[in-house]
Amino acid sequence: MEMPVPDPLILARKARVVARLQGCLPDNAVIHDEAETRAYECDALTAYKCPPMVAVLPATTQEVSDVLRICHEEGVPVVPRGSGTSLAGGALPTADCVILGVARMTQVLETDYADRIIRVQTGRTNLSVTGAVEEDGFFYAPDPSSQLACAIAGNIAMNSGGAHCLKYGVTTNNLLGVTMVMMDGEVVEIGGAHMDAGGLDLLGLICGSEGQLGVVTEATLRILPKPEGARPVLMGFDSSEVAGACVSDIIKAGVLPVAIEFMDRPCIEACENFAKAGYPMCEALLIVEVEGSDLEIDHQLSLIMEIARRHDPVELRESTSTEESAAIWLGRKSAFGAMGQINDYMCLDGTIPVSSLPMVLRRITEMSEEFGLKVGNVFHAGDGNMHPLILFDANKPGDLELCEEMGAEILKLCVEAGGCLTGEHGVGIEKRDLMSVQYAPADLEAQMAVKDVFDPQWLLNPAKVFPLDVSQARRAERIAAE
Amino acid sequence: MIKPQSEAELADVVRSADGPLAISGGGTRGVKVSGAALSLSELSGITLYEPGALTFVAQAGTPVAEIEAALASENQRLAFEPMDARALMGTSGAPTLGGLIAANVSGPRRIQGGAARDYALGVRFVDGTGAVVKNGGRVMKNVTGYDLVKLMCGSFGTLGVLSEVSLKVLPRPETQSTLMLRHLDAQAAVTAMAAAMGSPYEITGAAHCGALLDDGPVTALRIEGFESSVNYRLAQLKELLSGFGAEMTVGDAEMSFWIWAKVRDVSLWAEVPGDVWCVSCRASQAPDLVARAAPVGWILDWGGGRIWMRVPAGVDLRGTLGAYDGHATRVRGEGCDIARFEPEAPGVARLSQGLRARFDPRGMLNRGLMGPVADEVV
Repeated sequence: MEMPVPDPLILARKARVVARLQGCLPDNAVIHDEAETRAYECDALTAYKCPPMVAVLPATTQEVSDVLRICHEEGVPVVPRGSGTSLAGGALPTADCVILGVARMTQVLETDYADRIIRVQTGRTNLSVTGAVEEDGFFYAPDPSSQLACAIAGNIAMNSGGAHCLKYGVTTNNLLGVTMVMMDGEVVEIGGAHMDAGGLDLLGLICGSEGQLGVVTEATLRILPKPEGARPVLMGFDSSEVAGACVSDIIKAGVLPVAIEFMDRPCIEACENFAKAGYPMCEALLIVEVEGSDLEIDHQLSLIMEIARRHDPVELRESTSTEESAAIWLGRKSAFGAMGQINDYMCLDGTIPVSSLPMVLRRITEMSEEFGLKVGNVFHAGDGNMHPLILFDANKPGDLELCEEMGAEILKLCVEAGGCLTGEHGVGIEKRDLMSVQYAPADLEAQMAVKDVFDPQWLLNPAKVFPLDVSQARRAERIAAE
Repeated sequence: MIKPQSEAELADVVRSADGPLAISGGGTRGVKVSGAALSLSELSGITLYEPGALTFVAQAGTPVAEIEAALASENQRLAFEPMDARALMGTSGAPTLGGLIAANVSGPRRIQGGAARDYALGVRFVDGTGAVVKNGGRVMKNVTGYDLVKLMCGSFGTLGVLSEVSLKVLPRPETQSTLMLRHLDAQAAVTAMAAAMGSPYEITGAAHCGALLDDGPVTALRIEGFESSVNYRLAQLKELLSGFGAEMTVGDAEMSFWIWAKVRDVSLWAEVPGDVWCVSCRASQAPDLVARAAPVGWILDWGGGRIWMRVPAGVDLRGTLGAYDGHATRVRGEGCDIARFEPEAPGVARLSQGLRARFDPRGMLNRGLMGPVADEVV
């Protein structure tokens, strides 16, 4: 993946930039030694690495503001970083950048159960937001699978989803307000503890903007009362077409499960070898989970199983206890680890209309044969968000490139089917050059106009989201105009 | 009135306009701006509906009634429960999909199901230069690029004229019931509603209204779902709220439907004189705000998070509310120079202004409705 050539003039100013940053941050919050900056050289897209010029770890909104003001004055690009769990390279540094990590900003600032909100500093991890309120019977709904590690800052930047967003929505549906620092250091407050922020929906615009519009330091999040209970049913089918039809029928029947997860045969086999979850060996497996009181769960599961029976399942296993629920989820939750045991893998994230599921799966199988790379499919079937896992060998020359080529073909297929390149991971560097597959020049221009307004010099999180040639040209143009 | 027949024609109209355009869908929300009238009524029709994927795509001028009929035939609905403003505003015409999205119109179910913007999956629009832009798509999860879909929702046509919208829909539940607590004051009502919404019983409506029934205030809590589940949750909820000491009655599905249509449309104030404001606030601040503003009439929706206030014509409600978390919008009451939307803090105003300057550099689209246009700012 090509990255911009570092600006030698910026690199030459490193000592001055470091000194200025040290002037407003504690000593241990400015990391500039080359041995130490290496810790920030990549995120979870580990195929790409580049140590930053400097990394800073501010602890307050004021410190973030000071850092950004200095970088703005010095013309230094800034790459914001949550916990570095991006699978799309959203936090990949450039060699001439300052990494702005929010890892020290983890405080809970306010919890209010009457208004059902929590306000946190954005370095706090997703799971620890729920951790702060669960004893009182509440939770924070978006649940990306990296939730133990990932930060709210990154969740907001990527508009993260999770397995349960069919019912509860993704980050943007659960974010009520932000404190955001603009690239020039100005602090703005948008929204708050009320339901609808006034004026233009800047909150909606910021969420999912991949850290390119500003650095969100504090967030007001909606918290929800925990459901009384939840239980899944597992069903196996002898074709993915039938499984897809079953998903569609469940949705049409008026039951809204909290999650519908899908796994295909390669993935089932891998999970079974790895986790011994007792899954049936079949072409397609669904896990459908519903919530409520015991009585409500029984009723919904009976409706769902009645629909499933009409599709001749090879296996239909209703959970009747916490232990059985855990057993059903065990394989699914270890899917990525299981695939990782077989080989290196690349996780894709395209979304397709649910109706195109059988066609897309068939084409992926064909591509797998054509490229000679194994693919396992595991995804959120209720909303069509696919996660094909392409297996490759990182030590074999050319295999990564082959895998990337195949990944690009699958994502193009998603767009062709009426879907999109990324459902919850973000564009980052990984998919930026595919953006023109999904969007026409006028569509990209409108998005870049937003960037111009928020960050006129294009200093924030450079070389992401937009095709590199397009964004580099834009940046040069903007700097010339300033 | 200009009525483009296609998106291409709409783009031509905007591109070649030599003065401001006043954009309207059905013209039911009483939004008045100066300029040549541009109606989207001819850009109408559902182009795709997949019940199994919970999504549809329609042209912006499609009447909401047509959409609701199509969804009803598959036992689905628009879950954000958009207000029909005709009674309150004294307007006629047919509310349109584009109008709902441009105004981000959400009803009582917003507390549980989300706002219109939470259901918008994709848009096509014509910006102020006449360029046709698409953003988002027709799938439920999509983080590809910046979310201009949200930006267009609630932008009241000031950034672009919507030509097509795709929305997520939800199944229509089997039944609904409403638990009514009687004769609570504002503070007790807000506390009771917060207790209900903080329970696992999935309240999909929480409102308090003094004049809904003849014999005194009603605090209404709606539950929807399968019948057995609704009955179960009603019983649990009664138990939970027994400490308030209020008389409790249950409205059946028909009564429940009637109550929430009234709350949604604020139709109690149809033909009742006075200006109407909508205050978005932190729910727990609602009793205090009502006391400060002392309006002629008030209705709490969203558990207190949205307050409808009726005041004498020409009164600037904002001046009476003092400091709070939220904002006030003047919904009804023309002929005065009070801004419809709450003025923004300087940093935010600069961003909004910057976006308008980029999306509509000539200030052609609903000029001045949401804030000053480019050439009026020094």
